Amino acid sequence: MTDSTLLKTRLQAVSNLDFSPSDTVQSAEQISRPSLSYWQDAWIRLKKNTRALVSLYIVIGLALFTLAGPILWQVDPALQDLNQLSQAPSLPKQAIFVEEHTRWEGIVLENFPAEPEAFLDVLPAPTNLRTAETATTQAVRIAWDPVVGAGGYAVYRNQHLPESINDLGLPLGTKLAGNEVSYEDRLNVEGRDYYYSIVSTDGYDESDTYITLKVTPDLAITKTEALSRGLITEESIVANGETIDLEFHPFGTDYLGRDMLARLMEGARVSLFIGIVAPFLYVMFGIFYGGFAGYFGGNLDAILMRFADFVVALPFLLFMILFKIAFGIGPGESGVLPMLIALVLLGWPATARLVRGQVLQIRTQGYIEAARLLGAKDHYLIIRHIIPNTMGVILVTLTFAVPAAIFTEAFLSFIGMGVAPPTPSWGSMCNEGVKTMLSHPHELFFPALFISTTVLAFNLLGDGLTEALDSRMRSRE
Amino acid sequence: MLAYTFKRLLAGVVTVWFIATATFIAMHSVPGDPLMNDKAVTAEIRANLEKKYGLDKSGPEQYLIFMSNMLRGDFGISFTQQNRKVNDIIRDHFPVSATLGLLAVFFAAIGGIVWGALTAIYRNRLPDIIIMFLVILGISVPSFVFAALGQLSLVKINQLLGSSVIPVAGWGTFGHMLVPSLVLGLGTMALLTRLMRSSMLEVVNEDYIKTAKAKGLSPIRIFFKHQLRNAILPVLTVLGPQIAAITTGGFVVELVFAIPGLGRYFVQAVQQLDYTVIMGTTVFYGAFLVFMVILVDIIYGFVDPRVRLQ
Repeated sequence: MTDSTLLKTRLQAVSNLDFSPSDTVQSAEQISRPSLSYWQDAWIRLKKNTRALVSLYIVIGLALFTLAGPILWQVDPALQDLNQLSQAPSLPKQAIFVEEHTRWEGIVLENFPAEPEAFLDVLPAPTNLRTAETATTQAVRIAWDPVVGAGGYAVYRNQHLPESINDLGLPLGTKLAGNEVSYEDRLNVEGRDYYYSIVSTDGYDESDTYITLKVTPDLAITKTEALSRGLITEESIVANGETIDLEFHPFGTDYLGRDMLARLMEGARVSLFIGIVAPFLYVMFGIFYGGFAGYFGGNLDAILMRFADFVVALPFLLFMILFKIAFGIGPGESGVLPMLIALVLLGWPATARLVRGQVLQIRTQGYIEAARLLGAKDHYLIIRHIIPNTMGVILVTLTFAVPAAIFTEAFLSFIGMGVAPPTPSWGSMCNEGVKTMLSHPHELFFPALFISTTVLAFNLLGDGLTEALDSRMRSRE
Repeated sequence: MLAYTFKRLLAGVVTVWFIATATFIAMHSVPGDPLMNDKAVTAEIRANLEKKYGLDKSGPEQYLIFMSNMLRGDFGISFTQQNRKVNDIIRDHFPVSATLGLLAVFFAAIGGIVWGALTAIYRNRLPDIIIMFLVILGISVPSFVFAALGQLSLVKINQLLGSSVIPVAGWGTFGHMLVPSLVLGLGTMALLTRLMRSSMLEVVNEDYIKTAKAKGLSPIRIFFKHQLRNAILPVLTVLGPQIAAITTGGFVVELVFAIPGLGRYFVQAVQQLDYTVIMGTTVFYGAFLVFMVILVDIIYGFVDPRVRLQ
């Protein structure tokens, strides 16, 4: 824009109004931004802390998982799926619909001697080991070619490839004639790899050689089973050979075939309930106790704090266990309440001490004196001035108390002193999972992951809150 | 100094008395009694048993008898392990827990100081970030998960080497102690690393460090002689309660690694309501905890001349 056009536009904008005196005198020290309350300021600083913010979202997510989860995932956590015990996490599975099992006659060769005609020094292993028909989880039928000189065959099954004759696995059975060359396996067949081995015998001793066949049975289900598991209704018509969807276990199942996801949700209720309600209760009690002692001071303070010192000196875990037993678990109860009471009884002194220290400090502050001079009563001072000023410290204590309580619950449930089965909690799920840790690691992994994530989130949130609520940090900026 | 020590010891004795009384009351308020574990017995036999163990007397009477016995250092005979004295149980199994606990504290202290010092040197650089991430992990993962993972890795190592180089469970040799004590000390190590880091960063800004630099001392000398030595003090303060907590809190590790420590006997005793063993172990552990804290406070007064004990 050139100078002349600039002048023009300015002249156009000028009117008489511009020459009238302004009616207010603006203060030079006008506040440019609205003043922030303590909590608004803390929230702004917390929002800048990415780690704390992510933790906050995780905590919210966990709350949703616990509260809204069971609505979205309507699987009974106590329902046992006996066909899928200790199943690893997987995608939805389908099974072939097959007919009810009928007796299999097997293959008996007419033109082959049942008894060996002559005993051989070295008895060879059978050849041409094959599945006689499609292997399903209902039945695996295998067959092999007969061996001259054999008076029978021994059938073994293993879950890995046998390394030697001593590693053939589970002895399934024996055939006592040289011309019986088939075997039907119906022993807990699952949809996984099996290695069937056949060793020929002369009727007395087993041969030193074997033949192995790898079989992976297809998942199959009969009408009776499908009906009992609620997969089909009486009216639905499913033809043999069609596939139907099995129950879906996204996180797998535990050793009793219960759905892990549903149990984790149910367990979250116990773990988070104890982890949040217990600290809340004992922090409340601590505030009351410590505030009372700190505000009134003197001999009362000395006596109250001496008692708190005694409670701190009690060996925590020993008394947790003792109290938990003392309050007892009746038949059919989950044992959550005794644990809650024990935690509250032992947890309060730390908060009480902290609040007392804060109150002692705040009591001598100028604004308390001023309020008192204006005629404020004790209860007004406590509610209006002292408690709000200790809130920051209390909130931080609470966030750090939550992971501690979750740990205690998990620890007690782990040593079998926690909630009573069948109520799941993350700790008791870990306890069950650790027994099958080598073969089915997912049973330990998921509950442990949930405990760790929760504790981590609360710890980071606590760190963030400490920084956000610290008044020294506020003046530093 | 002497007056302070005396006062603390007196307070300690009162605390132990409180612990004993609280345990007694809590224990006796549990429904049932230790004799209920046995097979059904006739009223006559039961009366005899009650007489033998002094259960026929009233609660306050039992309390007085227990207290006078305890003052003489006798905790009585176990209910469930026949004719085994509680004193013997403690004498046999506490050394195991204590060895495990001390070794764990040793690992935790060394690890905490070294890692903490490292994070302070490499502040906000990669080693610091990695170590602090591991620290947060160490604080957030429950000890039984570490114990399980520790055992799992032992199994894998043994499988890989084809022989049992490090025993997976049990007690006896140093090999048995190594992994359990590391696992037990992990949480404390994380805590101490954090403490050491903030303590180191605080010390760096002190005037005496600037003076030392101005004098022209070598950085290594400043680091070890001035910075590290002063930064360790807060770590020492928490070490006392940690020793006690670790020694008494090793149940889980003892359980997972099948270590015959005292913790197992306590849990067993509570389940079977074995009055004498519960009282013995709780009072013993409580006294151990209380006096360990006092001991560390007194030692602290010697180590740091700035601290005036009163």
